[in-house]
Amino acid sequence: MATEAHPPPTADPAPEDRAALRDGLGVGVAVGLSGFAFGVTAAGAGLSAAQACAMSLLIFTGASQFALAGAVAAGGGPFAAAAGAFFLGVRNAFYGLRLAPMLRLPRALRPFAAQWVIDETAVVTIAQPTRRAQRIGFLVTGLTLYVCWNATTLAGVLGAEAIGDTAAWGLDAAGPAVFLALVGPMLTGTVERATAVVAVALVLGTLPALPAGTPVLVAALAAPLVLVLHGRRGRVQGDPGEGPDGPEGPDGPGGAGARKAEGAA
Amino acid sequence: MTTWLAIGLTFAGCYAVKLLGLSVPSGALERPLVRRLAALLPVALLAALTAQQTFADGTTLVFDARAAGLAAAGAALLLRAPFLVVVAAAVVVTAAVRALAG
Repeated sequence: MATEAHPPPTADPAPEDRAALRDGLGVGVAVGLSGFAFGVTAAGAGLSAAQACAMSLLIFTGASQFALAGAVAAGGGPFAAAAGAFFLGVRNAFYGLRLAPMLRLPRALRPFAAQWVIDETAVVTIAQPTRRAQRIGFLVTGLTLYVCWNATTLAGVLGAEAIGDTAAWGLDAAGPAVFLALVGPMLTGTVERATAVVAVALVLGTLPALPAGTPVLVAALAAPLVLVLHGRRGRVQGDPGEGPDGPEGPDGPGGAGARKAEGAA
Repeated sequence: MTTWLAIGLTFAGCYAVKLLGLSVPSGALERPLVRRLAALLPVALLAALTAQQTFADGTTLVFDARAAGLAAAGAALLLRAPFLVVVAAAVVVTAAVRALAG
């Protein structure tokens, strides 16, 4: 990393560069370990080790991977399963929008960097004060997390296969617990809580009637629904809405990025 | 085979949106409503997935050991436990309830 010529050859890297390195390693390792939970969940969902590892290598965005594993376990069609996982991945586009002007990546590098545009890299990168530190933060977080997440996915799926009956060990509860841990920190305001309640009602209400995989997609309608209702009420009261955007939900591979960043520091 | 198809579709979609964010001129998607919707969509999906994977068995609603496990995870979350501890709490309590129930 520090290949550029610095005037005093013995000098330490700038403090902000070291801080970026430390943040990146801390978040990357802490969240990367959660790939273990994904590997276990994937095995419990009936995915093969090759499928679980392919998901971590290719999809590499935690919530989507857990959602896809759950949808496959529930027996939904591939399109409905992929749609739910895809919708969870859409937020990464917004991280990319914020990271692009910070990192100023050459066009040729973007297709490679894109795979690492997730919650954790965004959180670490945005927190750095200089472009150099931002690039270090992105690179170190992305690389550490990618390596750890994939290694622990393999360990998790092989471990679960060795155990055999994952349900007897309660491992089928890992999936919903992951989702709860991801969504919990996002429930910061009335709009978020209302959305969660409406989504739960929609999914449980439609579950007995609709084909597997589709109730979750119906529940996604809670977001525009609550937003429209809230916007209408806000306009009546002359209230422009709460806050600019609220905190971004920190949940990439393994999730709970911000909380973990605290814990890891 | 359909599992591989689902993995392929998810990969294509998720990678495309990641690359889109890095590539489009900034400001293109920065409309407040779009941003708010993008922030709220994961809330709806994750809440729904939590409920479904706790209370669904195929297309029927059930109330079993997983509900106890989820309650334990919720308690751990309120105590600000680390991510893996939250997951472990759910797993351990679910397994314990199943063992006790026979």
